[in-house]
Amino acid sequence: MANGSPLLSIQHVSKDFYGNVVLHDVSFDLREGEILGLVGENGAGKTTLMRILFGMPVIAETGGFQGSVIIGGSEVHFSSPFDALDAGLGMVHQEFSLIPGFTTTENIVLNRESMRPSILNDVFGDRMSILLRDKMRERAEKAIGKLGIELDPDMLVSEMPVGHKQFTEIAREIDREQTRILILDEPTAVLTESEAEVLLQTLKRLASEGIAIIFISHRLQEVLAIANRIVVLRDGHVVKDTPNEHVSMRDIASWMVGRSLGETGARSEGRKFSDIALKVHHLWVDMPGETVRDVSFDVHKGEIFGIGGLAGQGKLGIPNGIMGLFPAGGEVILEGNTVPLNAPAKALAMGMGFVSEDRRGVGLLLDESLEWNIAFTAMQVHRQYLKKVLGGLFSQRDERAMEDLCKEYVSLLDIKCTSTKQKAKELSGGNQQKICLAKAFAIKPSLLFVSEPTRGIDVGAKKLVLDTLHHYNRDFGTTIVMVSSELEELRSICDRIAIVDEGRIAGILPPTADISEFGLLMSGAAMEAVNA
Amino acid sequence: MRNLKTFIEDFGWPRIIIFFFLIFLFIMAPFVRVRLDASISDVLNRFGQNAIMVLAMVPMIQSGCGLNFGLALGIVSGLLGATLSLQFQLHGILGFLGAIALAAPFALVLGWFYAKLLNKVKGEEMTIAMYVGFSFIMFMCIMWLILPYNNPTMVWGYAGKGLRTTITVEGYWLKILNNFLAIRIGQFFVFPTGLLLFVGLFAFLMWLFLRSKTGTAMTAVGSNPDFARASGVDVDKMRTISIIISTFLGAVGIIVYEQSFGFIQLYTAPSPMVFPAVAAILIGGASINKASMVNVLVGTILFQGLLTMTPSVINSLLQTDMSEVIRIIVSNGMILYALTRKIKVSK
Repeated sequence: MANGSPLLSIQHVSKDFYGNVVLHDVSFDLREGEILGLVGENGAGKTTLMRILFGMPVIAETGGFQGSVIIGGSEVHFSSPFDALDAGLGMVHQEFSLIPGFTTTENIVLNRESMRPSILNDVFGDRMSILLRDKMRERAEKAIGKLGIELDPDMLVSEMPVGHKQFTEIAREIDREQTRILILDEPTAVLTESEAEVLLQTLKRLASEGIAIIFISHRLQEVLAIANRIVVLRDGHVVKDTPNEHVSMRDIASWMVGRSLGETGARSEGRKFSDIALKVHHLWVDMPGETVRDVSFDVHKGEIFGIGGLAGQGKLGIPNGIMGLFPAGGEVILEGNTVPLNAPAKALAMGMGFVSEDRRGVGLLLDESLEWNIAFTAMQVHRQYLKKVLGGLFSQRDERAMEDLCKEYVSLLDIKCTSTKQKAKELSGGNQQKICLAKAFAIKPSLLFVSEPTRGIDVGAKKLVLDTLHHYNRDFGTTIVMVSSELEELRSICDRIAIVDEGRIAGILPPTADISEFGLLMSGAAMEAVNA
Repeated sequence: MRNLKTFIEDFGWPRIIIFFFLIFLFIMAPFVRVRLDASISDVLNRFGQNAIMVLAMVPMIQSGCGLNFGLALGIVSGLLGATLSLQFQLHGILGFLGAIALAAPFALVLGWFYAKLLNKVKGEEMTIAMYVGFSFIMFMCIMWLILPYNNPTMVWGYAGKGLRTTITVEGYWLKILNNFLAIRIGQFFVFPTGLLLFVGLFAFLMWLFLRSKTGTAMTAVGSNPDFARASGVDVDKMRTISIIISTFLGAVGIIVYEQSFGFIQLYTAPSPMVFPAVAAILIGGASINKASMVNVLVGTILFQGLLTMTPSVINSLLQTDMSEVIRIIVSNGMILYALTRKIKVSK
């Protein structure tokens, strides 16, 4: 299949966003009829690479890129996605870009409709041409036929199952005659297993007709099933470019996840715990984009329990569901007492604290003072920082106590602010995160959920946040459940790490476990595959 | 210089312009033979009349429900209380307090239903509230006719039933607050001590409330409902409380207004009461999600000052009746100005 000179060649492409390097000297080739599996963790640079390929304006706006993109032997410079389309690139996005009220046919030929000039053209130009519905339908059927699937050309997109929507998108790219390279970004993410199977067959078929395909997926078994060649990106580097021969899922996983293997950041002390602090039994959470389907796990008293996994798999749903912020069901038992779900006040009153991943949206009162931010939850949950007036007739905010509390945490967590009266929105991301932590610590929780505590803050602040968590765990015995997308971070601080995949716990590993095992769990390989 | 600049920014141009315009009116007054002492007395009086209705804006603004364009619900509760107090022949201070007590259950029930509705339309409260207010006023136009009132001072003389459009409270509780400890200086100046004390009392209670646990929670709900919910606060409950308080204050506000004004005005009379209250708190510097007692006091004085001074001074100057026009331009203009500021609220 793969022969001749490359159709697409990416040479020494580097890209940084304001000094933050996301792609570093990336090179690979793509030949006619070849399927290239591109894999990498979140943030490895896949999306940026595709944006460069497509000439997305955001790239030029942020200073362009180094290196060159060569298509069919000549270097190209796309200034907009339209140029890329003209050059024969087709892209199928993760989110559907279809018009729900239009039929399959209309969506497939959108903006390239077959038309015949009408009398009005003389006055109003092409926009007044008459659509040739028969011709359009014919073209749609041809494109669908090429895919080798059943798709009703007259069905409205809004009434289709998701699988069909995905096929409609692909058909649209196929209908463009010059399309020679097709890029699919996580095309199977929304499909059921059987739909995904059909899709993979379709892609193979397209490849056999000479179309080159870049297939981006985190489901490694799919990549293994159809790719001719596999390119692994990690932190902006191509760490592996290998033909799909004698490659196991485990190999890919470790290439994907591993910093240089052997240099593990894990500092497990092999601590032993006996008492169970939190028991979660068949929990489901309806959190948009982070659905939790069926999760059960135990957290020991005094441990730091990590929850990892790729974005959108449901790891964030777990703390949000237990704390009552999103509709949830199942059973959660804290130290022998059942936690009522869907009731944040009760969850807090039982001694659980939560640092939300949505710092600005949920974590802070941006327009209020730091004192308010830190003391508010404690005031509402435990009636602290209130003083009685007129012999207990009613109570008033104790501004003095709030200020003292705030000052205590400002010095403890080294929060940079001009005064405790400063508004939370004026602080930097790292300092805002510290305020969120202080707020949670102020209610003196016996169990603390921290969700993405280091997202979007700089390295120094990251270390401080992690050290603070470590300190609270060791010195005050606070049980901590930490949810993070950054595996290294979890491995550096946690006693055990659960990996969530598709709303379920794929497995629980010690931080010292081989990095490839984490990768496997994240990639949707079932537990049996690991054990096998 | 820098201080002056930040002061102006904090205080806001609209307030400064209105303030200087008001000063200008006071300076002009003697030249057009308008008595200064009478004018000041008037401003104080009107401030007291209206302040509680302006205060009614505060809880809903603080809880994030926006400006209470549905204040008419509170006003109607107050009218019900006032008319019932007359019906039951309550006189003097008993009549006044009775009116408030009789209005309270109506304010509670109406406020509760109003809250139910507003909790269903989060983000669009102000638009919905306006229609709720207007349609309820129209509904009450029917009710005023058919409710079985029979106090002869209140019902239409020829039919013997149905309430009149304007009912005097003379002989019941006219100026019961205004005359309490009132200080008279000369022929024209009266300092309405009782009225201002009553307003002061309510402002103080509101101030205390906003500093309580519930008040703090309410403010947090207005500032960031998601944060409040994550801290265990029942967002809808807080909003409901704020709406009920606001409705109740509307009721108290109109009763205070009536005892000073002398008449209970029914039928469509409540509709032109709402916008001035909204405009006053905005002139006082409140935004649509933050308001303080200072906003209420400054806003009511500036707005009512303007309303008092323009008819006498401007009319004498221009020999034409401009006061109504100015009132409408200022109140609607102010509301417009405040709504365009909505974007500045950080989220």
